[in-house]
Amino acid sequence: MADPTPPTPPTSTTPPATDAAGGSAADGALTRSTAVALAARLRRGEVSAREVVDAHLDRIAALDGVVADGPVWAAKAAEELTADDVHAYLAVTADAARAHADDVDRRRAAGEELGPLAGVPLALKDVLTMRGAPTTCGSRMLEDWVPPYDATVTRRLRDADVVVLGKTNMDEYAMGSSTENSAYGPTRNPWDLDRVPGGSSGGSAAAVAGLLAPLAIGTDTGGSIRQPAALTGLVGAKPTYGTVSRYGLVAFASSLDQAGPFARTVEDAAQLQALIQGHDPRDSTSVREEVPDLLAHLRDGIDGLRIGVVTELQGEGYEPGIAATFEASLERFERLGATIVEVSLPHAPYGLPAYYLIAPSEASSNLARFDGVRYGLRVDAPTAEEMNAATRAAGFGPEVKRRIMIGTHALSSGYYDAYYLQASKVRTLIARDFAAAFETADVLVSPTSPSVSFGLGTKTADPIAMYLNDVATVPASLAGNPALSLPAGLAEAPDAPGTQLPVGLQLMAPLLRDDLMYRVAWAFEQDLGFDPVPTGPRAVEVAR
Amino acid sequence: MTTASILPEGWELIVGLEVHVELTTTTKMWCGCSTDFGAAPNTNVCAVCTGQPGSLPVANARAIEDATLLGLALNGGIHGRCWFHRKNYFYPDLAKNYQISQYDVPLVHDGHLDVEVEVADGAFETRRVGIERLHMEEDTARSLHVGDTGRLHGADRSLIDYNRCGIPLLEIVSHPDIRDPETAQAYLRELQAIVRAVGVSDARMEEGSMRCDANVSVRRFGEPLGTRCEIKNLNSVRSLGRAIAYEAQRQVVLLEDGVAIRQETRHWDEGKGVTETLRVKETVTDYRYFPDPDLVAVVSPAERVEEVRARLPELPAAARARLVAAGLSPAQAVTVVGGGSLTVLDDAIAAGADPSTAANRLTGEVAGQLGAEGITLEESGLTGAHLAELEGLVADGTLSTKLAKQVLASVIDGRGAHGPKQVAETEGLQQVSDEGELRAIVEQVVADNAGTVAAIRGGNDKAIGALVGQVMKATRGQADPRKTNELLRAVIHG
Ligand SMILES: [Zn+2]
Repeated sequence: MADPTPPTPPTSTTPPATDAAGGSAADGALTRSTAVALAARLRRGEVSAREVVDAHLDRIAALDGVVADGPVWAAKAAEELTADDVHAYLAVTADAARAHADDVDRRRAAGEELGPLAGVPLALKDVLTMRGAPTTCGSRMLEDWVPPYDATVTRRLRDADVVVLGKTNMDEYAMGSSTENSAYGPTRNPWDLDRVPGGSSGGSAAAVAGLLAPLAIGTDTGGSIRQPAALTGLVGAKPTYGTVSRYGLVAFASSLDQAGPFARTVEDAAQLQALIQGHDPRDSTSVREEVPDLLAHLRDGIDGLRIGVVTELQGEGYEPGIAATFEASLERFERLGATIVEVSLPHAPYGLPAYYLIAPSEASSNLARFDGVRYGLRVDAPTAEEMNAATRAAGFGPEVKRRIMIGTHALSSGYYDAYYLQASKVRTLIARDFAAAFETADVLVSPTSPSVSFGLGTKTADPIAMYLNDVATVPASLAGNPALSLPAGLAEAPDAPGTQLPVGLQLMAPLLRDDLMYRVAWAFEQDLGFDPVPTGPRAVEVAR
Repeated sequence: MTTASILPEGWELIVGLEVHVELTTTTKMWCGCSTDFGAAPNTNVCAVCTGQPGSLPVANARAIEDATLLGLALNGGIHGRCWFHRKNYFYPDLAKNYQISQYDVPLVHDGHLDVEVEVADGAFETRRVGIERLHMEEDTARSLHVGDTGRLHGADRSLIDYNRCGIPLLEIVSHPDIRDPETAQAYLRELQAIVRAVGVSDARMEEGSMRCDANVSVRRFGEPLGTRCEIKNLNSVRSLGRAIAYEAQRQVVLLEDGVAIRQETRHWDEGKGVTETLRVKETVTDYRYFPDPDLVAVVSPAERVEEVRARLPELPAAARARLVAAGLSPAQAVTVVGGGSLTVLDDAIAAGADPSTAANRLTGEVAGQLGAEGITLEESGLTGAHLAELEGLVADGTLSTKLAKQVLASVIDGRGAHGPKQVAETEGLQQVSDEGELRAIVEQVVADNAGTVAAIRGGNDKAIGALVGQVMKATRGQADPRKTNELLRAVIHG
């Protein structure tokens, strides 16, 4: 539909000086700002939503590797991307974002009461459906699929007047830990453009870390929000399973998938999660219980809280820099008045194998619908069966095929009991472990990822090495508990002395106690004073 | 046609039936789409029932309640907790390439049906058929294969209508308790009657809202069960009986020749009256069932089940017993209850009609006319009140039995818009029983047929029939025959 009103005229008459990123100095401040600060300035009328959106679009046009042309900007083809392109976005819905921003400004000017983040831009992982642009899931299979409906998360964001800038890159069907499994080329880590941003929500992480959006939505199945948050110096949360609707989230593993926020601060993340959570009658697994207010007690501090260190989620397998940062984090908690207690999740070591049976099993069934009959890619062949096989052979990448085969095998009669059923039992035991651990601790902590960001291409040949990225994150996924990663500092990359990269700290809370998780995170964040703006010789350009 | 007559001495037939029933809920099993039959292709569809990426199913609470109601009517137990599983297989008419069904724990377990089987003319025997389970699932889309074989394999192209995809479907699996075609047919008829009585489906086999597959095997008495074949495409109760009889004989002939039975799915060809190989099960299809992670357990607390049980209407067996007590023959009771005319009969009885007379009309001339016109009793507009009124007109002599049939036909022709009395009046179909009017006609006939009259007077009493015919002709059949007879004798014999 055509917008009947003319574009908002510029509010400034003197052209601002252009910075290195191709934007203006003033725009640089806008893209560095937190979401909450932006929202406050928008409310006070110091800046318009349109200006905020334009500042981000300018930066995306300059740095992300998109063809900034037309109503929806497409990412450059994989082979045309340069080593300096972040490639966080697969599609930038520029016209729709500008129109939405103008609408927000108009309604604010008319005195309408708007939501707490109204006018703040956001990047949406390309696994959540949104009308008006393709939802590809990082796959060739869905290259041209424009969904006929909005995901519940998308609708809630729109209702809250959060402005979606575009859809972000991801490992194909959310299967991966580096975003290198995208059919559209890998996303680069804004802290070091030769390294991975983690995955599978690497595009969303890179968008926020690279100041290409103040907020993003990712999805986490076994760590796909937390691990990239850790690798890019962000706050990323996996809410309690069932508190954020999965309607419109293209399923990888239905019993594990959960959408959640990426932000540069704890408060921004909490604000965003508060907007997207809540019961949805369209999702049968959506819980009816209310999650306590995420913001009411955010600043209450952690004096007297018991912080549980998980015995099984430390030690061997974690890089020295990760382990040292974790030790320092525990001291910080003690300084803040918390008590450190040692807790055990005895079945956590079986979490990774259980996860890599359950998730592929569900995926093998969830991905069966991509058959060339109704939507997406179709490779013609003489019979329906051959068309189906040819389509799936051409449309899916190697990691997706690997997991479909693992899952198909695990569910086959004769193997079901030994694999799927056994893994389900392990899952129940892990959930019990968590429940027991929370009798002696208020929250649990561990490193988020065993390593800092690694170089592009260094783990792609070894699936097991890649899967080990999830060792600390899958237990909470299997149990359904809320978990969050926040920056714990910087550590030296083992393969590049002198290169400092972000390290993540994982917090895990009892079911539905996402509020407690944010409260602990906020106290830690305030004390640490981490600057989320990337630095380093190969960091993305930032106006300072 | 009994086992004794279709199989050679010493052979036993074993049959188990799988019946699918489409529920007549207003919306589909997992989405809000309409279940209307006959809508334009792909108009009753949405993101959920076409399996769009990211869409999720939400179980239809009404469908679960309907399934519970039917399960209770089939004397089944209701599991307090049951789950939905995914049955994974690739087929274009499956929007998700898996069907949401139930697996190890169905909603309903261990039911049974007592069916009336006619063992001799008019004599019935009650036989019990065990029901292993009733579970909930979803229907598939309807596909139309254009070209070549008319089936998916070898078709030039296929068209798929997703209107049917996701319509709630129940599968009712019997134990292999059936030993002859008649019992199988009686079971299917009884099941159909129960489904209709509880009002969860119209159970029309010709429209596919009720479908039946038969698992047939044979063995020599006392031996272990033989290899079974599954027969599909049974579109009527009659087909079921014919197909079982054919298949049993086919298997016995092979076994007697020393040929092993191959486990396979066979297609019943109604025209040729034979079963033919549809697909051979070389390996057992692995459906890789696992609990559907998009759905939660179906919880049926005992008190909720009892609430549903309280809603059970009178079931066919009870209705038959009641009708027999009211004077119907067992055969009539079976026909009325099984033929869907119980409500009209009950209404007629309530309006004062004689049960047996009304039942005779319903199973006789009414059924005949409905069959000829291809309409249902409901569509005919005929009500119980009409039948009672008609009976009253016969009783008070307004209508002869013959005229009553004519009036009844006219009521149905008018789809019940006008009752028997009104029809008789407007079409001038009352008997001429007015003595003065009839006497004038009789006198005229007597005057016109002097020869016949003389013969009668001479003792040939039978010849009076010819004069009755003349009077009937003159009154266009509306003369009361008894009165005509009386008057003729009075005039002739003075
Ligand atoms: Zn639908």
